[in-house]
Amino acid sequence: MTNKTIKVDYLARVEGEGALYIKVKDNKVSDVKFKIFEPPRFFEAFLRGRKYTEAPDITARICGICPVAYQMSTVHAMEQAFGVSVEGQLRELRRLLYCGEWIESHVLHVYMLHAPDFLGYQDVVQMAKDYPDIVKRGLQMKKAGNAIVSLLGGREIHPINVRVGGFYRAPSKQELAQLAEKLKWGRDAALGTVKWTSQLPFPDFEQDYEFVALRHPSEYPFNEGRLVSNKGLDIAVQEYENHFVEEHIEHSNALHSILLGKGAYFVGPLARYNLNFDRLSPLARQAAQDAGLFSTCRNPFQSIIVRSIETLYAFDEALRIIDGYEPPERSSIEIYPKAGIGYACTEAPRGILYHRYKLNEAGLIENAKIVPPTSQNQKVIEVDLRHFVEKSIDLPEDQLTWQCEQAIRNYDPCISCATHFLKVYIEPQSE
Amino acid sequence: MDDTTILVVGIGNEYRNDDAIGVVVVRSLKKNLPCTKIIETTGDNLNLIDIWKDPKVVILVDAVSSESKPGTIFRYNALTEPIPTLISFHSTHVFSIAEAIELGRTLHQLPPNLLLFGIEGKNFASGTSISPEVENAIPKVVEEIMLVIQDFLRYI
Repeated sequence: MTNKTIKVDYLARVEGEGALYIKVKDNKVSDVKFKIFEPPRFFEAFLRGRKYTEAPDITARICGICPVAYQMSTVHAMEQAFGVSVEGQLRELRRLLYCGEWIESHVLHVYMLHAPDFLGYQDVVQMAKDYPDIVKRGLQMKKAGNAIVSLLGGREIHPINVRVGGFYRAPSKQELAQLAEKLKWGRDAALGTVKWTSQLPFPDFEQDYEFVALRHPSEYPFNEGRLVSNKGLDIAVQEYENHFVEEHIEHSNALHSILLGKGAYFVGPLARYNLNFDRLSPLARQAAQDAGLFSTCRNPFQSIIVRSIETLYAFDEALRIIDGYEPPERSSIEIYPKAGIGYACTEAPRGILYHRYKLNEAGLIENAKIVPPTSQNQKVIEVDLRHFVEKSIDLPEDQLTWQCEQAIRNYDPCISCATHFLKVYIEPQSE
Repeated sequence: MDDTTILVVGIGNEYRNDDAIGVVVVRSLKKNLPCTKIIETTGDNLNLIDIWKDPKVVILVDAVSSESKPGTIFRYNALTEPIPTLISFHSTHVFSIAEAIELGRTLHQLPPNLLLFGIEGKNFASGTSISPEVENAIPKVVEEIMLVIQDFLRYI
């Protein structure tokens, strides 16, 4: 094709709504716009004047798929401002809660949003007609993740048990032990998922990315660590805004995040995997190797395998935590609010989620800054699309369009994250 | 009958203006109805397939966007009619209620009775206020849901 415009108004199978616009002129990509409809700026404004204790429940509403991530970044930032640190079993419980969310989010994406692409189905409903058992397996795995979040979070969909300093209530050893059978099944199912996804057909598309993720001295990262990249970045989380800046992009409501002096960067499972492969549990590392993946993976289409490996890790880690759990003496540590600025970065399923809060002596929020992982991947998605379209320029238009949508889905972008209305199309009455 | 014979689910996000309507409606229902559980969900519609497994009657309440007049009330019996959203692949809101219903249908995991009430919203931007036209629909929807519940309690 020489001149054409590809325009997709609503991207299916990404959380929320998004749009894609690609212009091809004389066989070259002349413009790529990945449009975003809704930034989380409302919440930053809404938090002003609120007490720090309210922040976990408010920020949990920013994302319906990853409320735990928002709560974790919030509480860690507040604790950092107040100069306290949650350790021991409470720290383990937070990791356990995050395991539950990673499982839910990754399984949703792998089975319901991404796999249909590779198998040539319009959506998971069509895929379920031919592969009902596989889809049911995904639903059961998700349910196992949800069981962790429900038990620890205190309410089925939105966790409300999380507080600055810990939890409102810590589970008993018996309550956690009851999860173990379900999670062992889930771990086996996750192993099967790694095998299954590793056999899907992948286009040959490797790029030279700057991956950014947390890195911790001993763990696969959830809540703590330094921010590192595969190209020399190694900073404390407090330095985030000295290295990552947001530039407003005219066609989109979101801000494009860039790494100063470098440009686009890539966060999420692929980044974590590439920067922390050695921190995966032995079971997860072995499964990766059996699946034909080594310690680095630069093909974003293979993120489906990496999400499956992280899901396996999450089940494994959850079982480790439950096995060693002893109920703490207190469900949370004492908090003495003071004026200051708190910073945190935690690893949401989709990548690093940065929060910064300025607090006064009464513990009221004066201002807040929240940078979700999806806005951080905006630029690299556009860059990838440009490369991808150039390689595939000879495909028929509808195939190319679908492939572009697939390319975007590799990032599991969570765009508006927040609307749930039913989109109804009423057929016009025939005359 | 146990407490989960009838399940009413209000779906919505209170921080997205009219998107909250499903949640607001269920909060307006009478409390402590016999054999009835009322819950609110926001975000992860796929969990519905598990939540609606046991009850005999499930009533969902959600905001709708169809370019109809704000406040318009839609009613669907999900067992007997398709929800008209899956017409265009590109327009599907991911894991919409409709997709959850269709997936449930394909896997034979729907409750024996599944009713859906939708209210046309006007403003889905971030915020905490409901448009007046949308708010005006609440009493009618509440009345209809109460009638449905009373009917089922009589006949189950």
